[in-house]
Amino acid sequence: MFWLQYAAPQRLYALAGRVYPLAFALAAVLTAVGLYLGFWVAPADFQQGQAYRIIFIHVPASWMSMVIYVAMAFWAWLGLGFKTRVSGMMTQALAPTGALFCFLSLWTGALWGKPMWGAWWVWDARLTSELILLFLYLGYIALTRAIDDPRRADRAGAVVALVGVVNVPIIYFSVKWWNTLHQGASVSLTKSPSMAAVMLWAMLVMTLAFWAYAVGMAFYRVRQTILEREHDAAWVGELKEMAA
Amino acid sequence: MNWSSWAEFWDMGGYAFYVWGSYGVVALGVALELWLAAGRRAEVLLTLRRSRDEALAGDAP
Repeated sequence: MFWLQYAAPQRLYALAGRVYPLAFALAAVLTAVGLYLGFWVAPADFQQGQAYRIIFIHVPASWMSMVIYVAMAFWAWLGLGFKTRVSGMMTQALAPTGALFCFLSLWTGALWGKPMWGAWWVWDARLTSELILLFLYLGYIALTRAIDDPRRADRAGAVVALVGVVNVPIIYFSVKWWNTLHQGASVSLTKSPSMAAVMLWAMLVMTLAFWAYAVGMAFYRVRQTILEREHDAAWVGELKEMAA
Repeated sequence: MNWSSWAEFWDMGGYAFYVWGSYGVVALGVALELWLAAGRRAEVLLTLRRSRDEALAGDAP
């Protein structure tokens, strides 16, 4: 299969170098469109007034915190199962961005919760499981950085990523399984969304923007991991960024 | 059109602290991550060039 060639670090380095500027550019354009829709086109909410505009970043950040963890689990599984060298590098490249989105999800949620619920934080199932996700991210980062041997670090990290991924469906379904203060899904695959079309569009465009940013960031970051691990390889010495 | 003036826009119907507190920290977080990642790239390339130059200097007669 054609994409298997990117399992070679040298190929991935070149591919990542081409993809990340495009992804960042796309993220910038989508952010501009999403913010325009969210602040100028979408009207105030009839119950929540202007405060609801936080959801245009809160929901995308929350979704991405889950999507990135699932992507890490996928790479971890690939790495453990097929011993591909780049899998661990991709898992590591995704983790900081996932942790950032997870933190931002909790932060923006607190700033929405205070005026709407009257509390920055409650120990309900949705919030608690998202907090556990943040600890999983931080645990993964701390563990992989504490182990010097890259292959052992990758394997230990992969176990954390795979075990931790059970938390993702718990977050997603928490609002159904438990009686949470956090509201149910506004957008679901099984029924039509319970929000106005323009609000939904603003949210979806911002989600795509965050997605493009995460892709750009992961590809930008993986190049440094490749350089560090392949520093003795001849192709690294021939890179034009190694001149001077 | 949602806003009749910039002042009204910044006020966010009285929720300015919560709305801008959210968007501001998201912008700050993204800026910080980009800055840290760019710093790491510069650092990695510098380290690699130095070790290569040292190896070359060691080979010289």
